[in-house]
Amino acid sequence: MKAVRSLVLVSSDRESIEKGALAVHKCLQDEITAFGLSDEVAVAMVSDIGRHDAAPLVIIYPEAVVYGPVTPGDVHFLVEEHLYKGRIAAGLQLPARELSGRIAWISARKGTLPAEQRIVMERAGVIDPEDIEDYIGHNGYEALGKCMTEMKPVDVIAEITKSGLRGRGGAGFPTGAKLKAVAQAPGAPKYVICNADESEPGTFKDRLILEGDPHSLIEAMTIAAYAVGASEGFIYVRGEYMLAQARLITAIAQAREYGLLGRDIFGTGFSFDIHLHVGAGAYICGEETALIESIEGNRGEPRARPPYPTTNGLWGKPTLINNVETLANLPAIMRHGAAWYKGFGTPSSPGTKVYTILGHVNMTGLIEVPMGITLREVITIYGKGMHDGRGFKMAQTGGSSGSIIPASLQDTPMDFDSFNKAGVSLGSGALLICDDDTCVVDLTRVLLKFFRNESCGKCGPCRIGTDRAYQLLTNLSEGIGTLHDLADLETIADGLTQLSNCGLGQTAAVPIRDMLKYFRAEVEAHIKLKICPAGACAMRGRHRHVNVEHNVAALVH
Amino acid sequence: MTAMSAVGIVEVQTDQRSATVSESRVREVVEAAVAKCGATREDLVPILTEINHALGYIPPEAFKEVSHVLHTPIGQLFSVASFYQMLSTKPRGRHLIQFCESAPCHVVGGREVWTALQDTLKLESGETSADGKWTLRTTSCLGVCAVGPVITVDEDIYGNITPQQVNGILERYE
Repeated sequence: MKAVRSLVLVSSDRESIEKGALAVHKCLQDEITAFGLSDEVAVAMVSDIGRHDAAPLVIIYPEAVVYGPVTPGDVHFLVEEHLYKGRIAAGLQLPARELSGRIAWISARKGTLPAEQRIVMERAGVIDPEDIEDYIGHNGYEALGKCMTEMKPVDVIAEITKSGLRGRGGAGFPTGAKLKAVAQAPGAPKYVICNADESEPGTFKDRLILEGDPHSLIEAMTIAAYAVGASEGFIYVRGEYMLAQARLITAIAQAREYGLLGRDIFGTGFSFDIHLHVGAGAYICGEETALIESIEGNRGEPRARPPYPTTNGLWGKPTLINNVETLANLPAIMRHGAAWYKGFGTPSSPGTKVYTILGHVNMTGLIEVPMGITLREVITIYGKGMHDGRGFKMAQTGGSSGSIIPASLQDTPMDFDSFNKAGVSLGSGALLICDDDTCVVDLTRVLLKFFRNESCGKCGPCRIGTDRAYQLLTNLSEGIGTLHDLADLETIADGLTQLSNCGLGQTAAVPIRDMLKYFRAEVEAHIKLKICPAGACAMRGRHRHVNVEHNVAALVH
Repeated sequence: MTAMSAVGIVEVQTDQRSATVSESRVREVVEAAVAKCGATREDLVPILTEINHALGYIPPEAFKEVSHVLHTPIGQLFSVASFYQMLSTKPRGRHLIQFCESAPCHVVGGREVWTALQDTLKLESGETSADGKWTLRTTSCLGVCAVGPVITVDEDIYGNITPQQVNGILERYE
């Protein structure tokens, strides 16, 4: 097969043919020849792509951008923009809806959404993720070269510390401090682990980094390894991310071939290699010590901390473990310098944050924006407003382990410190936007069901607490809860926070607390009035002759 | 203690199941998995994943084989295998349907899709149909949350599913 840079596919199901797919195909061939691209770009007809709302469709790989409906008149512009100039042909792109599982779906990119600030997602969707030369052509491995040939490890750590980068996995721990701790820890060998076991419901930012720009992670891990003196690295990628796995395997092989991984990198005598470890389906393995247990071939049950992985990690050795997004910041910081990086975001939380926007907004997807923008901005600008013009009721941040944020906090800047002050947490970057028809009891019940299912069962407070809380919330949602249950929920939440061994149990309490703190009246309506004001709960135990409107009025006053 | 009771579970399953996979086939699969992944303890999860992929589940005979190769008690192997969602110690149907029941899919209409799936297949979560065609399972997040509700059939992902689409999707599978 001839190697090509891009592959252009035209849908040819019956509807597409009816709407002129053959003419589009012909025009594409002519235009590609006219631009002198016929050696680099292949055009093919494919049958049913599965989207019938905008036929005929044109998909361009490797970026997997879907355009539609495309007319022969659009083709010149499309070829010029996407294939000749290498950017998205604005206005023609089709919002992604149905996935086939074979398409790496990236909805948000330059020119199609309001201005974003892309640092970690800078190249995703722009370069061919399976071509190391494309990455190198976009300043890839430049930062690594700079670090290894011009800087000492301590200088690399100093620069990262100066940048103020904080871990993007949820806790916001300063990355520079972690690097320093591993670098200074006695013992050898040392390890670098990339936590790509992204399993927080609503979070898929890491998947898009891995699928769209896998080399950035390899470069980042090698920089980190150089800084802390590690000789081996592991990428722990979740089992469901099959495309990401395939791309990482390709990227690692290419990096080895180019001498960017392996022995004596850049002729400096420094050696580092990366192994891919594929998870087998367990949310808890996103917890760093559980992840380490899992790599060692055990059940993914968290260890007691301290000691922390920085001193006693993989096989008891000093280990640096960071989230994908955190690591993906490193090449940009090293290339442009800490001062440049601090120009983005807020003083205490510099840089950008990748968010996934979900739920009842007009535009779901992924954005990378400076730290410190507000929920209201996210909803109106990036989410293009609430779906059907409905009211915004609450947002749930950061996968299950985040907070339930009421509308009253929608103008709070989203950065680590402002959210801490407001008593809520940013989590891992998912923003589940909920409208008036969403019931807080139902939402919390679903969240607790998640924690109950995903609790590893090692420690009692979490195993029993999440299960009991789920039962009580189920009772509430069925209209058979009591006020005493609310007191029990508070006790359970305290137990979860104070006694659980790891972050899973500790954060399982957060949605319970937020529900009781911000939505007490709505919760009590489920008990006192046996109604679900949002109309979402089944309310099996609802009293037959309750005058709903009267009682809601009574509750409000 | 855990290891002993786990061995007990394995043995009970051996009694219940009629042999669907021949011993020589199991040995072949285990040997291939070990050749590919290695034979140390840290290779255990990859080995089990390979076996699960080749046979659709990890039969008791496979645990015995792996136990010999890794010099590890069956109880420990079972303890690891039963921990991870993607590994199955029970036979599965020809196609595995997974329904995401996490919050992002739930609030955009997931519950109705789940009801439609159950009505169509007449199965509860974790059950396999009598003809061995389908296994239905609820799962936590699948990582394609922007297009919820999401279901997966084997390795195919379907997003923005409505209850009306369920039949059409299932019809695509033999």
